[in-house]
Amino acid sequence: MTKLKTAILIGTATLALAGCAKKRPAVLPPAPTETPSTAGQTGPGGPIGSGVAPGSDADFQRSVTSNTIHFGLDQYDIDPQARAILDSQAEWLQRNPNVRITIEGHCDERGTREYNLALGDRRANAAKNYLAAKGVSPSRMTTISYGSERPIALGSDEAAYAQNRRAVTIVLG
Amino acid sequence: MFRKTLTLALLLGTAAAMAQEPAAPPPQSTPQAAAPAQAQLPADDQAGGLIVDVEGGTSQPTPIAIPVMPTPAVVQTPAGATDTLGRQLSDIVANDLRNSGLFTPLSPGQLRAVGFPEVTAPAFDYWRGTAAQALVQGYVRANGDGTLTVGCYLYDVSAQRELVRQGFVVPPADWRRAGHKCADTVYSRLTGEKPYFDSRVVYVSETGPKGKRIKRLAIMDQDGANHRFLTNGQSIVLTPRFAPNQQSIVYMSYENDRPSIYVYDLGSGRPRRVVQNANLTFAPRFSPDGRWILFSMAVGGNTDIYRVSSQGGTPQRLTNSPGIDTGGSYSPDGSRIVFESDRSGGQQIYTMNADGSNQQRISFGGGRYATPVWSPRGDLIAFTKLAGNFRIGVMSPSGGGEKLLTDSWSDEGPSWSPNGRVITFYRSGRGASGAAQLWMVDLTGVNERRIPTPLGGSDPAWGPLRP
Repeated sequence: MTKLKTAILIGTATLALAGCAKKRPAVLPPAPTETPSTAGQTGPGGPIGSGVAPGSDADFQRSVTSNTIHFGLDQYDIDPQARAILDSQAEWLQRNPNVRITIEGHCDERGTREYNLALGDRRANAAKNYLAAKGVSPSRMTTISYGSERPIALGSDEAAYAQNRRAVTIVLG
Repeated sequence: MFRKTLTLALLLGTAAAMAQEPAAPPPQSTPQAAAPAQAQLPADDQAGGLIVDVEGGTSQPTPIAIPVMPTPAVVQTPAGATDTLGRQLSDIVANDLRNSGLFTPLSPGQLRAVGFPEVTAPAFDYWRGTAAQALVQGYVRANGDGTLTVGCYLYDVSAQRELVRQGFVVPPADWRRAGHKCADTVYSRLTGEKPYFDSRVVYVSETGPKGKRIKRLAIMDQDGANHRFLTNGQSIVLTPRFAPNQQSIVYMSYENDRPSIYVYDLGSGRPRRVVQNANLTFAPRFSPDGRWILFSMAVGGNTDIYRVSSQGGTPQRLTNSPGIDTGGSYSPDGSRIVFESDRSGGQQIYTMNADGSNQQRISFGGGRYATPVWSPRGDLIAFTKLAGNFRIGVMSPSGGGEKLLTDSWSDEGPSWSPNGRVITFYRSGRGASGAAQLWMVDLTGVNERRIPTPLGGSDPAWGPLRP
């Protein structure tokens, strides 16, 4: 599944870059961290010979579309883009049924501190609930809200705020 | 002995008498004397003479002379020599009164050296030649038992009469408190307001880059002196608030990656987790009687307001809306709670009874409203208004009379002075290097100044007046 999807995404990206595609994907996937030939050697337990432990956070990060979804201003709904990302996460989690995760909820700095703690909790739970609906057992998932305490982009502008309004899935252990 | 308690002494003799009689009897220490706030002012009528306007904000600060406090005998103490202390104490009184925005202390060059006998017999002819309308004189004396006595006298310069006198007996470690108590005496007598200078602030000290900022609980006097860190910075800590008895602080910590509320005991230095469950708990505040902690708990993405015994136990739910209800603060009599909720679509301020009944929205001014805090006088709610800039403002508990006091890019998190005349808050700067700093503003909105801290600072909470 993942193998097929990766190949399709890379193909689409190549087409887009070549200027031949009429329909660009809404967002290009991140550049592959491994060469396609290595990424293609995925066995039942995960990648082979890559030095990445199957079921680890590193394995998760290179296998899913992204470990991070983003939100609109003061929003916590899962938009189509976030849905696609969470679908890839759910897929990996079902292939690695013994793995536990925590989902961090984060906010931009343009909110008051206590409200942001609650909003970060909402965002983390929105992601958790989506994954649960996709069949990931809630007992495998915990959430933690960081409010606006741990921004990833440090600017005070809308581009930075958009990056900071996020939920990040992290594989434990 | 008076190791921990600041003792009020009524000054009965004249300074001249004391000068002739250096071994004057120690000041009285009656039960009332241990609680200055309840002690009767020994001076004459409260009605007459000099009055300082606290409402206007446009009137000029009152010129006041605060000469160096003399000592009857220079004695070395653990706090320093008594003559040095006299200089430092007059500086503390002058700084407090200046920081209130209501007074302009005369510059040192306009002052005269005051001898010990002159403390109770001011040179009014000299002072009438200055701009001073009021005069604060005092003295410092080292007592045989190791304590210090600080005398504090307030005079009306044009009427040439004494308005109030008080004396404070302190262990040397508390010498600065005697200065704050003297400033409080002057402030209260001239403004008719309750005192606030002898009080502390607990806050979050901040350092490091925005993405991984190190946050530590810290405590200090309201003027920034006697600064002390309480936590080591290994865990993020947020929103500390004093217990009414000032023996503990409730706050939120990320200890063990389980963000929840803790009570820090100032005596033992130990934190105690309050609510024993897996949910996110935050936004804690004590009830005015100290028996309860109001807090927010997020369960499955929904945040409501609860209360729990300050000893711990099972939380009792007070709100039950699908929105975010947080930021609860009790009225001074404990019968009402003000809080914020986004149940209408954006953050707004609501009040309810202490049992959660009768929830009513009170903010309707446009924009969002957050972080409401009930004034210790009961007459106002301080808040953060989010409408472009984040600004500190006040409104009545029924929602009327909104007044914005600050205007900066990001002012947040108001906390009231013990007398309800001044608000401390924190102001954040833009961008990667943007640091947060502590500020205070009075109810006129005119007198705004920064509180000095060793590093950055946020989440200030003003403690009660010290006994």
